[in-house]
Amino acid sequence: MAKKVKLSEMTDMFKDVEILSLEGVTIEGDIELDLSGLGGGFDPMLAAILGQENAVLAQHFARLAGIFGVPVGFGGAPAAGASAAAPAVSPALAAPKFKDLIPSKFDFSNIEEWTTQIQEVPIGNTSADGGSRGKRVVVGGEKALPFFPDAPMPNRNQVTIDVFDMRIGLAKAVKENYDEVMDSPGEWAKKNVEKFNADMITIHLISTDPLVKDTPAKEAAKTVEEVLQAVDVPIAIGGSGNPQKDPLVLAKAAEVAEGERCLLASASLNLDYAAIAEAALKYDHDVLSWTQLDMNAQKELNRKLMKQCNVPRDRIIMDPTTAALGYGLDYAYTNMERIRLAALMGDEELTFPMSSGTTNAWGARESWMVSSPLKEDSDWGPREYRGPIWEIVTGLSLAIAGNDLFMMMHPTSVAVLKHITQTLFGTIEAEPIDLANWIGSGV
Amino acid sequence: MKINSPLEAYKYLPQTNCGECGEPTCMAFASKLIDRSGKTTDCPPLIKEKKFAKKLAELDKLLAPEIREVAIGVGDRVAKIGGDDVLYRHKLTFFNKTKMFFDVTDTMEEAALVERVKKITDYKKFYVGRNLLLDGVAIRAASNDPAKFAAAVKKVIESTELPVILCSFNPAVLKAGLEVAKDKNPLLYAANKDNWKEVGELALEYKVPVVVSAFNDLDALKSLAKTFAEAGIKDIVLDPGTYPTGKGLKDTFTNFLKIRRAGIMGDTEIAYPIMAMPLTAWMSGISDPISASYWETVLASVFTIRYGDIMLLHSMDPYATMPEVHLAETIYTDPRSPVAVDSKMYKVGTPDENSPVLFTTNFALTYYTVESDLASNGINCWLLAVNTDGIGVEASVAGGQLTADKVKDAFEKSGFDLKKDVTHNTVITPGLAARLQGDLEDKLGTKVLVGPMDSGRLPGFMEKNWPPKQ
Ligand code: SF4
Repeated sequence: MAKKVKLSEMTDMFKDVEILSLEGVTIEGDIELDLSGLGGGFDPMLAAILGQENAVLAQHFARLAGIFGVPVGFGGAPAAGASAAAPAVSPALAAPKFKDLIPSKFDFSNIEEWTTQIQEVPIGNTSADGGSRGKRVVVGGEKALPFFPDAPMPNRNQVTIDVFDMRIGLAKAVKENYDEVMDSPGEWAKKNVEKFNADMITIHLISTDPLVKDTPAKEAAKTVEEVLQAVDVPIAIGGSGNPQKDPLVLAKAAEVAEGERCLLASASLNLDYAAIAEAALKYDHDVLSWTQLDMNAQKELNRKLMKQCNVPRDRIIMDPTTAALGYGLDYAYTNMERIRLAALMGDEELTFPMSSGTTNAWGARESWMVSSPLKEDSDWGPREYRGPIWEIVTGLSLAIAGNDLFMMMHPTSVAVLKHITQTLFGTIEAEPIDLANWIGSGV
Repeated sequence: MKINSPLEAYKYLPQTNCGECGEPTCMAFASKLIDRSGKTTDCPPLIKEKKFAKKLAELDKLLAPEIREVAIGVGDRVAKIGGDDVLYRHKLTFFNKTKMFFDVTDTMEEAALVERVKKITDYKKFYVGRNLLLDGVAIRAASNDPAKFAAAVKKVIESTELPVILCSFNPAVLKAGLEVAKDKNPLLYAANKDNWKEVGELALEYKVPVVVSAFNDLDALKSLAKTFAEAGIKDIVLDPGTYPTGKGLKDTFTNFLKIRRAGIMGDTEIAYPIMAMPLTAWMSGISDPISASYWETVLASVFTIRYGDIMLLHSMDPYATMPEVHLAETIYTDPRSPVAVDSKMYKVGTPDENSPVLFTTNFALTYYTVESDLASNGINCWLLAVNTDGIGVEASVAGGQLTADKVKDAFEKSGFDLKKDVTHNTVITPGLAARLQGDLEDKLGTKVLVGPMDSGRLPGFMEKNWPPKQ
């Protein structure tokens, strides 16, 4: 392979990749590329970590991640023969029907009914708060729908990247980023923070499920300690989803993480939520209040947490359930939007920040299947690129509906979601672009 | 819509309860007018009888959507945009799904042009009982040459039935395109502060819809729209500019919100459909095409959700188009349509006593996905929809709505007898409900096979596992 690879050659190589992928042939190991020969803001370290064997993919994803931050080059050069001159007005067409533009002023008013602020909830205690985290994450505090001009959003969206306490089956595009750290939750967590820019870590204690490994709560708690030592970002702690075991597992985990203000995931109506709430209060943590696409159930659980378990308002985050694009995102989207609107209009049982299990997007077959199971469909293209964008679009939709915290997996998805949400939040600068000549530009 | 209760609409109806509309009473029909599931044209007396003419006109005015509905193109594939009455879909529903137009230029080689147009026309993505499609072709006069542009427009309309947008700021070029496409009701892009008189004249002369364009200047945009409206142009589309990055993108997002909020709140001078241009992602200096495609998809997503009614797009890569068409479907699906199918035993194809028996949840999306995977691959079988309160498989197993008892109960209620109606005494559980296997075998007294994690893999699964080994 040539030392320097031009973009055109990269693109050509990709054609082959597509074909291979469509035939279900694995492409790892088939392509070698000298990474050091590539310029343009490409980070060879990142690419190396993204998966040596699959350097081409890594190259593109790394570019993608790199691009969202530092614009490189300018691709909008006019095509040959295109005219950048102001349009010539043909005088023959000028007609008396129109004389002058009628002046008009655009008026806009804020929504008066949005009277109530969403609760701000901090996650993670620094030494100042009695913990050992290097920083604290704050979610919530909105007074309007996200990114709306009615009131500035006080806190940006946050991304927590998943870590599992055992090796699990993951979509290929996800797995190749984590393969070598999957046996060590500490290393995995480190990689998420150092390489993939995670704001937080979620450690899922799935091996505790009696039908998986039935790891005892005490042993699972050690994994939590390992992660807390490996990274200094705030962490969320998830159970296995087993309603009998989770309260025990989370209580033990809460104990070993005392004073760190972790997010315990999750309390729900079908398990002993009071036990989880109690552990959160006793050991200084937050509670994730999880319901399934049902606003009234969400109100009920929040009410129980507040009234019955005495959880303070600044320790509750809601997970109203995320369904993937194409698999119920319409319900998930509208459920969140309704919850947020009701909260802004004063429903005190819903004025909490929200969290999304965005990784559910990887359950959509469009994310991971080699090709469409339906013969009638147009070509689905290479799945390596479908998965990350599926996760991005699922997360982005919910960001617009009002979600604050995202539990995600693919590094590219994390980079792009952060870039777009922070652009809409208002903290990303970019070179101004002149749109006037878009028709003739070389797009 | 200026009224919101059936009683208000009822006042304008004949009030005879004749039933010709298919409703038992005029009041029932009035409810359908208010929720926009019926139109005044569905009431024959109101339309036919002269004495109701005045009432009909008044009622139509009251029922007109806040945002003007604009049609582009002709025939089966006409693209209707706008027509909305609400800012949030759960308040009613959004109407006229965001339309996706893909670009071509008049500087393309003819073969490449035709091939791209065909690709746009033929695109299909199956989704619960229907195909998601792309909507039209935007022809860019990159040459700025009237003759070249006319030739390209001709080629495009010969190659497709899809609606087209003629894109140039040069009135002479637009006129040349219009001459060729005048029977196709194309959308004119665009009138701006420099050319508005000439372009406005073209819109009037050829009776076609037209875009007014003012980048990041809502006063100027409104002024153009108002001037056109007063000159008798009804079908107007707004282009406030789509800046692809940084503060420019934030401004664009804000502009879309402001325009739509003002329109829904009753400012008729700006109550028109809005055009978004995600293809400007390709002008933002992203040199790598995959990254540019991703960013374009991101912009398309933002403006599908927040009030873009029509879009100009560039990337035809499947990883861009697929999420785009799915998200438009997501946001524009009527939230009032039921979440669940009836919980009962369904026949897929023509099953008999040797056919496999499967179950899934009654969540409509899950059910239809499984059903189409089976039907599309010619698998005859029995498919039981278990009542999980309309929750999908994975979530209902986690949440306790899908248990062995629930499945047993569903079999009993369906009247399907595993011992008599089939010979194999076997049930296939969804892969995502694998943990129910043991419990199910006990409760049902049958053999339970664990199916694949995704129903798209059922064909392969059946080949290997059916009929079951005894
Ligand atoms: S057709 Fe018209 S008049 Fe007859 S019942 Fe229906 S709404 Fe009433």
